[in-house]
Amino acid sequence: MRHALPLIWRKSLERYRLIGCSCENCGTDYFPPRKVCPKCRRKGKIAPKQMPTEGKVYSYSLVHAAPSGFEFEAPYHVAIVELANGVRLLTQIVDSDAAKVKIGAPVKMVFRKIFEDDCEGVIAYGYKFKAV
Amino acid sequence: MFKNVGIIGYGAVVPRMRIKLEEIARVWGKDGAKVSAGLNVREKAVAAFDEDSCTLAVEAARIAVRNHDAARIGALFAGSESKPYAVKPTASIVADAIGASPDLTAADLEFACKAGTVGMQACMAMVASGMVDYGLAIGSDTAQGRPADALEFSSGSGAAAFLIGKNPIVELIDTFSFTTDTPDFWRRQHAEFPQHAGRFTGEPAYFKHVLSAAKGLFEKTGTTAKDYDFAVFHQPNGKFPLRAGEMLGFEKEKIKQGLITPFIGNTYSAASMIGLASVLDVVKPGQKIFVVSYGSGAGSDALAFEAKKGIEAARQPEAVFDLIGRDKVYVDYAVYAKHRRKLKTL
Repeated sequence: MRHALPLIWRKSLERYRLIGCSCENCGTDYFPPRKVCPKCRRKGKIAPKQMPTEGKVYSYSLVHAAPSGFEFEAPYHVAIVELANGVRLLTQIVDSDAAKVKIGAPVKMVFRKIFEDDCEGVIAYGYKFKAV
Repeated sequence: MFKNVGIIGYGAVVPRMRIKLEEIARVWGKDGAKVSAGLNVREKAVAAFDEDSCTLAVEAARIAVRNHDAARIGALFAGSESKPYAVKPTASIVADAIGASPDLTAADLEFACKAGTVGMQACMAMVASGMVDYGLAIGSDTAQGRPADALEFSSGSGAAAFLIGKNPIVELIDTFSFTTDTPDFWRRQHAEFPQHAGRFTGEPAYFKHVLSAAKGLFEKTGTTAKDYDFAVFHQPNGKFPLRAGEMLGFEKEKIKQGLITPFIGNTYSAASMIGLASVLDVVKPGQKIFVVSYGSGAGSDALAFEAKKGIEAARQPEAVFDLIGRDKVYVDYAVYAKHRRKLKTL
């Protein structure tokens, strides 16, 4: 097994539903979720928070030389998406014409297969984004 | 028995890629126009490399529950015959992905193309009994067809989800099912593609079960085709549902809105449910809907509904006919073979 099963399982909330966190002391949102607020340190109070599922492309790249496990999907877009609350995350962009994948393009979350170990292994599902 | 129980939310999804039947016919040396006309199917929806019946189920479920508190879902049934795992429920993945877990019961159902409507019946009974607040029934498939087999020309991909609860936007009038052991279509354990019994899937299988379930519900409710404004039938191709409807006395116009297979292929467990979703996109309060699913093996579930006041406000954001007509991209057979992993090394 290439991917550690507990890791896939631990990340399912953030990958399935974009559950991040927020510091209730300073109001800053984080994704992926953090254990400690880097701004407030000991005074911080971290709580889970649903991130917005829409945002815009902050930056992107078209991957031609894909890493192992993604070879057959190449070429595909990888982007940093800025969510409506300002939080940025790295994601694949799918179901979108190349002409639509531009900086500032509006995108929304979709649920897709991220990777699988092999035909007998576990499947990791989670978020990707598509242009709207 | 089912007073005030029915559909309170719904959603349908169809993958973006399409392949024309003429393109499949080109590869196998058949007359595309003839095959397409024979089946009354122009093109079929193709799930992408990173889509499966689970991802489609989640997308449909998210639309269905968008105006409701998913935590109130007490039962979730995912119907499919193209499960990503042979053992490991899709239902638990969907429950987590829409925020319904952990306080619910969930299971995957399989009955060829009718597992989704079985889920609807189960949810309706559970809601009616007071066992759960909400139930979510999903039909989802990335339908399999062996290369060059007749099924390959019609097997599409898609999903639909129906949230069942009280104070519905579409109330269940009644339901009736008809089931016999009829082996017209099957897939054995470890087999990649289903087998079918050719024309045997017509008269003794599809028509016998669809007509028997429909007539059973007519009798049970004291109604005839004239009492309904829309009819939706399982649609393995674009012709069977029209013929079944005609035999039951439904005019073509009543079937048209729920006949989706000509544009996306047979989405198996999702087929009659996407058809129903399409009807919910246009139905007006007071209008009645007649639905009959069919699953090989074999059985049919007939369900009669009446649209209620809140239907306009509860329509899905994108109607099925918009969904299938917009933002689609055509692929050739080679790209289709890659995405559906019909190449051995994938």
